[in-house]
Amino acid sequence: MSERLYLFTRFERFWHWAQAALIITLLFTGFGIHGVHDLLQFGLAVRIHETAAWLLIGLWVFAIFWHFTTGQWKQYLPTLERIGAVTRYYVHGIFVGAPHPYRVTVAHKHNPLQRLAYLGVKLVINPLIWISGLLYLFWGSLHASLPAFLDLERVARLHTLGAFLMLAFLIMHVYLATAGHTPLTHIKAMITGWEEVHDEAAIKRPPEG
Amino acid sequence: MTDTNDGWRRWLPGRVLGLLGLLLASGAVASTADHTAFEELQGPFERAEQVTEACLGCHTEASQQVMSTRHWTWEYENPHSGETLGKKSMINTFCISDRSNEGFCQSCHVGYGWEDDTFDFSDESRVDCLACHNTGDYVKKGGWAGYPNAEKTDLVEAARKVGRTSRETCGACHFYGGGGDGVKHGDLDSSLVEANRTLDVHMNAEGPDFACSECHRTESHDVPGSRIQGTAVDTGGALLRGAHEDRNPATCQACHGSSPHEDGSHARRLNEHTRALACQTCHIPTFARGGVPTKMAWDWSTAGQLDDDGQPIQRKDDEGRVIYDSKKGDFVLGENVVPEYLWWNGNTTFVTAETEIDPSERVLINEYHGTPGGEDSRIWPVKRALGKQPYDTVHKTLLRPQVAIPGNDTAFWYNFDWDKALEAGTRIAGQPFSGEYDFVDTAMLWPITHMVAPGEDALKCGQCHSDDGRLAGVEGVWMPGRDRHAGLDRFGFGLAGLVLLGVLGHGTLRFVNRNRRKGH
Repeated sequence: MSERLYLFTRFERFWHWAQAALIITLLFTGFGIHGVHDLLQFGLAVRIHETAAWLLIGLWVFAIFWHFTTGQWKQYLPTLERIGAVTRYYVHGIFVGAPHPYRVTVAHKHNPLQRLAYLGVKLVINPLIWISGLLYLFWGSLHASLPAFLDLERVARLHTLGAFLMLAFLIMHVYLATAGHTPLTHIKAMITGWEEVHDEAAIKRPPEG
Repeated sequence: MTDTNDGWRRWLPGRVLGLLGLLLASGAVASTADHTAFEELQGPFERAEQVTEACLGCHTEASQQVMSTRHWTWEYENPHSGETLGKKSMINTFCISDRSNEGFCQSCHVGYGWEDDTFDFSDESRVDCLACHNTGDYVKKGGWAGYPNAEKTDLVEAARKVGRTSRETCGACHFYGGGGDGVKHGDLDSSLVEANRTLDVHMNAEGPDFACSECHRTESHDVPGSRIQGTAVDTGGALLRGAHEDRNPATCQACHGSSPHEDGSHARRLNEHTRALACQTCHIPTFARGGVPTKMAWDWSTAGQLDDDGQPIQRKDDEGRVIYDSKKGDFVLGENVVPEYLWWNGNTTFVTAETEIDPSERVLINEYHGTPGGEDSRIWPVKRALGKQPYDTVHKTLLRPQVAIPGNDTAFWYNFDWDKALEAGTRIAGQPFSGEYDFVDTAMLWPITHMVAPGEDALKCGQCHSDDGRLAGVEGVWMPGRDRHAGLDRFGFGLAGLVLLGVLGHGTLRFVNRNRRKGH
């Protein structure tokens, strides 16, 4: 038997998908500006990149506010509890039909690996991208007051590094979104808010052997 | 301060230009002096000097003012490196040298009768007022040592119709430098006389219709703006007309300020580009745009080929333009030429006839100085003209031939004999000549600053922000789209690639093992 949990509120879903669209836009235009592809004119790519960046900054400020007023920031507190079991599941259990060792609840939506990954995004990748990006954007008025070693080339490199880390995260994240009970379970949950949570303990299994 | 500047800038383009146009248009009509009515100008004038004397009767200081300028002296000391420059002594890759050819070349001197070094530079009546202040029908061409042609010029008419300088009068010399229309500069040729908007947004005859002096605003006959020592960087705001500031009024910034972009989503970003770029770099996308070709290369070593009858010849390209002339050699012509770009702080040094050269490589007749990325320099567009010209293989110096003076059997154009032309040229110039000569590859740079295109024709971002873009190889700036760190890219795409491989492998294993999950 399974139960349905309302995991993601309307704001969280909006936040997630808006963020997804903006990040993909930023990656696409950013790698265009970087010279990886020339599917967009440079000036247009810069304009879209800057607009999307401001939208994402706005969204991010709003989301931080939301997390602190609702207390949802606690979802990202790192924990080592059962982290070994979850790791073993993704390395082995998932292939042999073992049950997911983590029981999702409304109070604890993310398993320990997810928490670590999202916390990494929030504390490392995002700040790296935003700080280097804002320095890049306002370089003309900022560079005089910055330490000499931080030249535009270094700022550009930090920004590019952030982009690569975000790209790696995105690939992993999109893949793991398909790793639910069925490939679409998690994705549906992020669209509707409702996740079917299968209580593995309650499911009768055929006797083995 | 900022507010005032912004206000001024907003106010400037529309209203001031409009006002300026009105003033100019009405100024020509509403002068308070009708020179045609002046008794002093009714003639008759037997000699051109008599016109000057008539002018000086009222404009008492005019000759003295002109005589203190380079238009008169053709001489100039480089403040940075001390060498004596100016047309009188300089060497270029075109007609090579003025010296010993004065009788021909001095048609572009603002004086009468400079044929050799006996010319009296202190004779006020020798100043040619009409060279710059005629309004037509004043014909002063090569070969008359600066005098107008008596048959083609009515001195009384020219004197009575005296007027402001114009694109025609300035252009009579500055459009024809190097021996023909558009030859030398690339951004100055006769197409500017009737410029349209695409060719030059300021000189556009249907629009602002600027005369040269609109930017080269002259005081006491001293015309500002020089290529020899340019104003490569101008961080000042727009100059107030009438304010006597010690600044070159001919720069773009003198009218537009240093934050000229106001509209559009890229305005702030474009204004920040002024820290590294001259305005000209984006706003003059190509030069020689008016249909007049400019000489990009000139090879003197092939000059002197004659036909079977011993007569000089010309060869033309498909469009009927001369690309070989027995008098001059082979030319490469260019139209709509993409400039080269380099850092320039305004300081230029020159190879002179005294400089020892290294003939094993191309001799750079001038060198533009600048610091890549430096506050004192900007990236400028330049024309690079190539040459091949005579040098002394013993003294290792560039040689100054006599080419244009008929009648004495020494000038190259009339006898096609390099030995005689070089002997005469160097003797008159007082330059040591061993008698041994050959031809050496040379190059010379010219700043590109005229033929300013309308905003919509300015360079697009991607023309520089790309691999192999216009600024490929220009150091001192970090440019997204052109510059990237190869190691970081390898790491980044490697990481993303590994993650992708990982999830594909993981996914494949899940798919292969899907049956074991059935029923869940």
